[in-house]
Amino acid sequence: MIQAIVFLPLLGAILAGIIAVVGAHGRNLSGDTVEHHDDAHGHGANSHSTTAIDEEASVIHESHDEPGHDDHGHGPTEPAAAGSRAAELITTGLLFVSAALSWFTFVDVGFLHHDARIALFPWIVSGDLQVSWALRVDTLTAVMLVVVTTVSSLVHLYSIGYMDEDPYRPRFFGYLSLFTFAMLMLVTADNLVQLFFGWEGVGLASYLLIGFWYQRPSANAAAIKAFVVNRVGDFGFALGIFAVFALIGSTDFETIFAGAPGLAGKTIDFFGWHPDALTLACLLLFMGAMGKSAQFLLHTWLPDAMEGPTPVSALIHAATMVTAGVFMVARLSPLFELAPTAQAFVMFIGATTAFFAATIGLVQNDIKRIVAYSTCSQLGYMFVAMGAGAYSVGMFHLFTHAFFKALLFLGSGSVIYAMHHEQDIRNMGGLWRKIPYTFAVMCIGTLALTGFPMFAGYFSKDAIIESAYASHNPLATYAYVLTVVAAGLTSFYSWRLIFKTFFGEPHDQGHYEAAHESPLWMLIPIGVLAAGSILSGFPFRELFAGQGVEEFFRESVKMNPHILEDMEQMPHWLGYLPFVMMVIGFVISYVFYIRRPYLPVELAEQQPLLYKFLLNKWYFDELYDAVLVRPAKWLGRFLWKKGDGWLIDGLGPDGVSARVLDVTRNVVKIQTGYLYHYAFAMLIGAAGLITWFMFGLGGQ
Amino acid sequence: MTTWPILFITTFLPILGVALIYVMARGSDEVANRTTRWIALWTTLVTFAVSLILVWRFDPSQTDFQFVEKGTWLATGINYHMGVDGISLPFVILTTALMPFCIIASWKSITTRVREYMIAFLVLETLMVGTFCALDLVLFYLFFEGGLIPMFLIIGVWGGPRRVYASFKFFLYTLLGSVLMLLAIMALYWNGGTTDIPTLMHTAVPRSLQTWAWLAFFASFAVKMPMWPVHTWLPDAHVEAPTAGSVILAAILLKMGGYGFLRFSLPMFPLASHDFAPLIFTLSVIAIIYTSLVAMMQEDMKKLIAYSSVAHMGFVTMGIFAGTIQGVAGGVFQMISHGIVSGALFLCVGIVYDRMHTREIAAYGGLVNRMPLYALAFMVFTMANVGLPGTSGFIGEFMTLLGIFKVSLPTTFFATTGVILSACYALWLYRKIIFGALVKPTLMTIKDMTFRECLTLFPLIALTIWFGVYPKPVLDMSAASVQQLVNNYTTAVTAVKAAALLQ
Repeated sequence: MIQAIVFLPLLGAILAGIIAVVGAHGRNLSGDTVEHHDDAHGHGANSHSTTAIDEEASVIHESHDEPGHDDHGHGPTEPAAAGSRAAELITTGLLFVSAALSWFTFVDVGFLHHDARIALFPWIVSGDLQVSWALRVDTLTAVMLVVVTTVSSLVHLYSIGYMDEDPYRPRFFGYLSLFTFAMLMLVTADNLVQLFFGWEGVGLASYLLIGFWYQRPSANAAAIKAFVVNRVGDFGFALGIFAVFALIGSTDFETIFAGAPGLAGKTIDFFGWHPDALTLACLLLFMGAMGKSAQFLLHTWLPDAMEGPTPVSALIHAATMVTAGVFMVARLSPLFELAPTAQAFVMFIGATTAFFAATIGLVQNDIKRIVAYSTCSQLGYMFVAMGAGAYSVGMFHLFTHAFFKALLFLGSGSVIYAMHHEQDIRNMGGLWRKIPYTFAVMCIGTLALTGFPMFAGYFSKDAIIESAYASHNPLATYAYVLTVVAAGLTSFYSWRLIFKTFFGEPHDQGHYEAAHESPLWMLIPIGVLAAGSILSGFPFRELFAGQGVEEFFRESVKMNPHILEDMEQMPHWLGYLPFVMMVIGFVISYVFYIRRPYLPVELAEQQPLLYKFLLNKWYFDELYDAVLVRPAKWLGRFLWKKGDGWLIDGLGPDGVSARVLDVTRNVVKIQTGYLYHYAFAMLIGAAGLITWFMFGLGGQ
Repeated sequence: MTTWPILFITTFLPILGVALIYVMARGSDEVANRTTRWIALWTTLVTFAVSLILVWRFDPSQTDFQFVEKGTWLATGINYHMGVDGISLPFVILTTALMPFCIIASWKSITTRVREYMIAFLVLETLMVGTFCALDLVLFYLFFEGGLIPMFLIIGVWGGPRRVYASFKFFLYTLLGSVLMLLAIMALYWNGGTTDIPTLMHTAVPRSLQTWAWLAFFASFAVKMPMWPVHTWLPDAHVEAPTAGSVILAAILLKMGGYGFLRFSLPMFPLASHDFAPLIFTLSVIAIIYTSLVAMMQEDMKKLIAYSSVAHMGFVTMGIFAGTIQGVAGGVFQMISHGIVSGALFLCVGIVYDRMHTREIAAYGGLVNRMPLYALAFMVFTMANVGLPGTSGFIGEFMTLLGIFKVSLPTTFFATTGVILSACYALWLYRKIIFGALVKPTLMTIKDMTFRECLTLFPLIALTIWFGVYPKPVLDMSAASVQQLVNNYTTAVTAVKAAALLQ
């Protein structure tokens, strides 16, 4: 059954891929000459007549001038790829099967305690390095399986509606299913290397999906940025794997967890500095998590990733892939529990991100970017719980967040769809009358996100804030204050989005008039997610953050032994603080955007520096460009022209040949052609020879 | 077990093909050219088939040389001695497997002097297979250096506009190294009284001679690898060479350096290898970072891939001299994988070069709009070049880095930055060539890969992914030999260390 869950999406991806490739090949002929006088070696495509070529040429001419920035792909100029519907139905159908099996597994593993470990076949075997492909399912994995397959299947369904005008749907669905497969490999990994495989696999799928509309330069740039920034994190992840292997001699989780307690007090020589071995390994591994989960310093790729189609943002950049870092820390909880310094760092980064991303979210105007910064911030919350040792609580927020954030993204997609590819909230307004269903579900998502009582986020987010308070981590107070403040900020920017989008006067009358509710393909998944945003909270509370944790998670995470009790003992009145912050955020937002719309404008004018600072995302992109990108390019050019060209070649082959030429040139000069020069040289030579004979030999 | 000299046949079958071409394809008309091509293709295919028998009959649990053939040759101690073990067999198969692709890739792009071209390639195949099978130093030297001649001709005759400069540079660099290696071979002969490699592997070499001989061999292999700073011949040679020449150069000729380190430096001069390991680590790390940065700024597709080859070879040298099982096995695997991937990347460049006759990156853009199959193939190889898990490129990189972590942490740290840099240049190249809108008027009528071109790339895609998911066949083949090599190396090094402690 586990195999079916994991490999059905792969099957879907392969089938959709074949449909996409065959279709693309049918539209684009083979031929190895530009003038096309010989396609005797072509196959398949040869059945097309010359008219097909002409048609195709006209299609190409029409299709490559795309409008600058819209979220909805190509105009209807290009016909849809052959087999689009088949590809959609195959991938979506397989995903739904996989999702159904996942829920079944969830019950089987979580409540009936049927953990599974299925060895597939050996992968890298060399000496004491033994890595094999294996699927491991315990409660932690089961939770992730449910999240991934549920959201993925709903996103597949939604995409059938959302992408209906795109001519490359088979490719899109192939990528989506490929992503799901990689993500499932990641969560079912039984060793660090397979985890890394899934890790990079989702990175590849993310790269392909962000750059799905490859004709747009901005999409390509964002795709590369996402991949490269993730690779910076992977640099640390890889080093972490090497460190763990060097310390324990295995990459299998079981062996690592069994061997980890014996490593206490060991140090590693790291450039003459002797840090604690486990702390260093955990910090390196966490660097990977920072990249994947877009945490402070490595967050820059996530907002840019919004260049991808909206369903992609919902699936990859909200619900699943970006939470992989959180999952990784939870999976490696037996290591992190032994490295308190690393935990403090995790908490510091998490809290900083939660606050920092929320501040940027306050002033953004692109509907998707607001939600993206919100994602960043919420991931920070999850890491705070990880740092506190309350892994199940972090997983709880991951679980609820997957539903309401996917809902918010898909709802935004519905708004964008209704507004004909408009993404700037300044151009929206008053939409609630036009698209009441979307408005209702967006409100549910916002209530869940801001932690309104009885909505999903209320339970998970408050539990995180409590865990930060109760933790004995040296940075606990820092984390507590920042997460509480961020709760207020979250409420403000979330309601700002709702107010500017759905209330007030329409700012763009044309778009407003044409706005319409999305097709059923899209509304059903949103509805399901809205239900999830309510139902994923209370019913699961005991399992993730209450008495049932021990029974539910068992060995799959190693909790801080006291954290849950300590959370209980928190002063009662402090528990209301996040709620108060949420109300304050709501009220300010209401005043700013409904009652006194001139206030935010005035505020921005009074504080231009702060406003610019936030609007430009704390200037991180500019900083990295100046500190990393430009110097690297300069250095590359310098090493190429000066290092290779001038120094090595100059002293090496070119230098040698130049010297040889110099010598020959001088030798040539001696050959003047004048008889008396040669006669003179002969005379000197003869004199020298005689002298040598007389004194040299005679001397003996 | 074997009643017929199977290794001899694998090595010299291409020469038979040369004879056939010489006899059957006289003249330079189209008919003769066609005959030549078909003979060359069949010769390489049959050679490949024969070499597969080697795999089939090879016993991977044995550490000794297998399929050994011995005959008297020049003088006492200098014999015709051939054989393979787990380290050399993968390279033999790589060579025979890639040759048919080279012939197919040259099918249409070579129209002048087809006969001489194919003869050069077949001779080259014999010399390359011979290099990997030779078990006598003089024989090895002959094959090793002999390979230069056909390659020199391939670049110099069928190359691009600056072919003379490139072949001259290629020759100058290699010449210096080989002269020194010849001296070292003579020194080893006077020391041990034989040039027989298996005997020499078990002959103790005095410490002082080890150092000098190691350096002399290093001079030759470092140029071949190529290691920084003697790498500058490679980009020029690649740029000027015809497509198939680049493929052979990147896929096989570069591997001879690594093979040499594994066959000579490590087993014969373990102490010197240990002493010089920090030097190798430094050079490897410089190569990885330096050439990756340089690759990022290239304007020529082939140069970019050539520089990335130098970076990848940095992982190999680093892994080999780590002297750990994962390092050495990873080095072998990385070489095989790089042979497949870089070969395929050069084939990819060749495909668009044949159409547009330019390698300028700026001349392309938006090819995916008209060449979806090509975009797919290029994507797979780009990802393999980046070292994405699931492709063969990952296994080698991962194992070499893992292998060196215990030996030298700073080396691992800096070498792992290659993971970031390779993503930068490879994805940048892909974006500039494949992605984007198709706006350049010259590209408007470009067409997708033909059946022949698919035939060259799709098997390589399959291999790249197969070895990425299931690398066991290659790892198992070399496991026993690598284990023995590492054991001997560590024994020698620890013995000296123990002796030093006693004093």
